Amino acid sequence: MSEPRLLSIEGLSAVSDRDNGAPILRDVSLAVAPGEIHGLVGESGAGKSTIARAILGMTPRTVRITQGAIILGNTELLSLDARQLRRLLGAEVALIPQDPLTALNPSRRIEAQMTDGLRMWKGHSAKSARERALTLLDEVQMREPERVMRCYPHELSGGMRQRVLIAAAFALEPKLVIADEPTTALDVTVQKQILKLIRAMQARHKTGAIFVTHDLGVVAQICDRVTLLYQGKVMEHGLTADLLLKPRHAYTKALVRATPRYDRPVDGLIPVPDAVIAACRAEIAGFDGATHG
Amino acid sequence: MIAGAAHRAAMMAVTLFGVALVVFVLLRVAPGDPIAMMIGPGASPADIVALRAHYGLDGSLPMQFAVWLGAMLHGDFGTSISLRRDVVALIGERLPATLELAFCALGVALVLGIALAVIGTLGKRRAGEAVVDGATGLLLAIPDFVWALLLVLLFGVAVPLFPMSGRVDPSLGAQFHTPFYLLEALVTGQGAAVRDAAAHLVMPVLALALPLAAIIARVLKGALDEAMVQDYVLLARVKGFSELRIVTREALRNAIGPTLALTGVQFTFLLGGTVIVERIFSFPGLGNMAIEGVINRDLPLIQGIVLTFGFLFILTNLVVDLTVVGLNPKLRHG
Repeated sequence: MSEPRLLSIEGLSAVSDRDNGAPILRDVSLAVAPGEIHGLVGESGAGKSTIARAILGMTPRTVRITQGAIILGNTELLSLDARQLRRLLGAEVALIPQDPLTALNPSRRIEAQMTDGLRMWKGHSAKSARERALTLLDEVQMREPERVMRCYPHELSGGMRQRVLIAAAFALEPKLVIADEPTTALDVTVQKQILKLIRAMQARHKTGAIFVTHDLGVVAQICDRVTLLYQGKVMEHGLTADLLLKPRHAYTKALVRATPRYDRPVDGLIPVPDAVIAACRAEIAGFDGATHG
Repeated sequence: MIAGAAHRAAMMAVTLFGVALVVFVLLRVAPGDPIAMMIGPGASPADIVALRAHYGLDGSLPMQFAVWLGAMLHGDFGTSISLRRDVVALIGERLPATLELAFCALGVALVLGIALAVIGTLGKRRAGEAVVDGATGLLLAIPDFVWALLLVLLFGVAVPLFPMSGRVDPSLGAQFHTPFYLLEALVTGQGAAVRDAAAHLVMPVLALALPLAAIIARVLKGALDEAMVQDYVLLARVKGFSELRIVTREALRNAIGPTLALTGVQFTFLLGGTVIVERIFSFPGLGNMAIEGVINRDLPLIQGIVLTFGFLFILTNLVVDLTVVGLNPKLRHG
């Protein structure tokens, strides 16, 4: 297992300071290779967004990381001070946010929001940053990029705004892009285009990516590798095809069965069976007992 | 756009008419007779009747109002009873002093208020926030005229840093060709005159600006707190920008709109505050003259000054509305 690693998370644990120190992440380890899309999948509360935030050094104040390491390239992120982390993230990590409607500043033109990072970290002049932004808008198949650059966010549709955010995320050629449920807030008809676009941009720029989602259907379309979480613990991880076609863990099997598919019509939704949930909870209780005991 | 402007102008005219009516009625029902204030002890009843006729005070009230209104439409605000001079000329001499005072105070309040709000936001959940909250609480709790007295005690008596009265030091012998002393001195580059006029403004400006700065800081800090948890701020943090840059470039633009709207409303209160603060510092502005006018029951002068203030209030509201629309791209395009 000596694959080159872009990002590795080793034994990351976190607790909630608000909720009597309840564990939020339980000894999470995963590795992202350069150029691959790594899916973080789980129900709400599984800890997938907490992991994304931890990489960005932006966990909520109520979440305390108790142990573990996050290593990007050769740098351990958790030991950096705020200023060092800012420098590193600004140039090497980008975020595609969940809700394109709120992630753009309503008072600033698209041009300003797409070029500010380029000018800050890559020493672009206003003119060269503008040219770069236009190229990127072209890459995300934005029509009339010149006009879009002059627009304020409210003049663009949700899908267009997400295209802008995707273009902006790749602007600085980051090593890692974190996509936090980037299609959840979008219309179903737009979702598929946006997924294709992220895949295409990621392949073109050879960027590693972490893709946070609760949707196994999305995982099947876009991820090379998957880590499946339940209540902050890794349940199963592996190549997407292996995990979806030959799931080993009972929870994974139940989730795959529960995902609606066009080629397998069912009457209504299939819940994850109570017995499987109970088994997962027992596994987690056993883990907590072992670490605390 | 043109229809909107016409509508605004019509509304301004209606409002001014309302102000004129209220002022006129209030002054007529208030006790005190301007003629009694100006005649000597030996005046005969015939003299009094003649004086009343001279100042137009002998007709019925509606008649007096109509005459006054008609004259005003021609730019004639009447003659001051106590000063025996044209009201428009008197206001023209004094208004610039009040405007210099009020706008300096507004500028100081905005700079101080915005700075306090930004510092408080940067020091969120740390000492910075506590200091700013404490300071704004204190500034807010003390009204402008008490600040005026405190400042007089502090910088006029205990540590005499600044002059306590007037607009300029007459012994300096500076000659001004316009009634805007500070502005004129700045434009013509007379260093000594600038320093002198500015020194005279320090205390009255602070007295008016401190409470307004506190209000601006409070409201703006609340709006900044809201803006700082928005997704676009999170994204700016991921871009690696410093907190100062995020507050000033990302959050402030979105937070400042409501603050400016409120500042406009508060500026009208500040204009009202100039009356008493000018009195305390013997500042030769409109407010000081208004108090003289009231003491002397100088009806034309009071009416003229109150209408001038009313016009300033309406103008302020108009400017605020236009500024808020100008700052918000959504409204600008709407």
